[in-house]
Amino acid sequence: MIKVIKLVKAFGSRVVLRNIDIDIAPGDFVTLLGVNGAGKTTLMSIIATLGRPTAGTVLIGGMDTAQHAAHIRRYIGLVSHKTLLYDDLSGEQNLQFYARMYDVPDSKARINEVLHQVGLWGRQKDPVRTYSRGMQQRLAIARAILHNPPILLLDEPDTGLDQNAASMLGDLLAAVGMNRRTVLMTTHNLERGVSLGKRVLVLDKGKIVRDAAGNTVTAAELKSTYFSQQG
Amino acid sequence: MPPQTDTKNQSAATMQPAGAAPVRSRYFYKILAIVYKDITAELRTKEMLSAMFVFSLLVIFIFNFTFDLRTDNAATLAPGVLWVAIAFAGMLGLGRSFIVERDRGSLEGLLLAPVDRSAIYFGKFLGNVIFISVVEVGILPLFIVFFNQPLAVVPALVGVVVLGTIGFAGVGTLFSAMVVHTRARDVLLPILLFPVVVPVLLSAVRLTAGILDALPLEDIQSWLGLLITFDVIFLAASFILFEYIVEE
Repeated sequence: MIKVIKLVKAFGSRVVLRNIDIDIAPGDFVTLLGVNGAGKTTLMSIIATLGRPTAGTVLIGGMDTAQHAAHIRRYIGLVSHKTLLYDDLSGEQNLQFYARMYDVPDSKARINEVLHQVGLWGRQKDPVRTYSRGMQQRLAIARAILHNPPILLLDEPDTGLDQNAASMLGDLLAAVGMNRRTVLMTTHNLERGVSLGKRVLVLDKGKIVRDAAGNTVTAAELKSTYFSQQG
Repeated sequence: MPPQTDTKNQSAATMQPAGAAPVRSRYFYKILAIVYKDITAELRTKEMLSAMFVFSLLVIFIFNFTFDLRTDNAATLAPGVLWVAIAFAGMLGLGRSFIVERDRGSLEGLLLAPVDRSAIYFGKFLGNVIFISVVEVGILPLFIVFFNQPLAVVPALVGVVVLGTIGFAGVGTLFSAMVVHTRARDVLLPILLFPVVVPVLLSAVRLTAGILDALPLEDIQSWLGLLITFDVIFLAASFILFEYIVEE
């Protein structure tokens, strides 16, 4: 479903991603771990078609992102640490706007459905700026799944959430049908990353240094790798 | 209410999501969606429109009282005053066009939409034209009153203002997107934009002067041609360049 081949990304002389190869099968949930500056967000951004690789190829459903970016975007939902929402619009108006941009059929019913799924029904008429951070992130998830994309990219979706809201994230993702989508998630929370991911990748200095099945690694084991990178 | 599972679209894990329509279809519908979104957001706060209107009003007031305006010299200065007011007020609106999107973190959401990037440009451009036009509707009557101009000039004046606004907003929207990732974007936008937009402003001022002086069309048609040409050039160039400018 997502195939990254010999991907290189450089900003001027600074190389951020070095010959990355990743192959993610349909329905997989892959967690991408790495310290700040490892290149996680850059990689997500390129897979989401927001950035172009310096070299290499990214295929989404067999289509090259360099050639079919506008078409591929239809199949991707992105939840990032930024909500990608309009503070001055209500939750419902935000979803209406994105429904128009994604040609969501029967958008009114679909908006109601996702609002129920993320538990924001009843607050949909309020401006987003009056929402708590947790509510904004739930609306961001509603926005990302509104067009029912087969691929969900979660770029540190738990950033800025309190302990309670962050622990509810897994339940929320399950409620919105995460298990029927191909998911790539970056996070700093090793426990959550290992518990959610069927497969765990560790990115260090622009290279994949670990690729393991989720049930074969533990958070404690990864922690030693993780902190050695940070040190 | 507890979250519900997504039961409607069981084919989600395939590359056939709900509403899979050709990307090129509904291109104009998406342009209008962006315009509608910008207008809805602005009507909720009215921050930008009120700032633009007050600023343009102040410019006209200050010029009116600063210069010694008599009937014989009013027509000489009036075109410049009108276009300074429009350009400076328009700059406020253009400056916020993409910067607000970036500051609030919604620019990525917009760029993720499955639509040709030019639709985003035209949506933003039309929004800017509408916002500047609303301000113009407010200041044109005041301009006529303060500078003692006959009502007969209004139709031709409106035509020139519309053409000038299209050129100004056309290139301004592009530059607004260009500076959005820079740190000194508020300062950079006018510094970059005004030199480029000189042909539009110059021809708009000359045309306005010609209209106020009641010159025949033949005497000002070269300026009209220049203004229309630059409108077309700026819109065409922006259509082509916008995708590369918003690229990371």
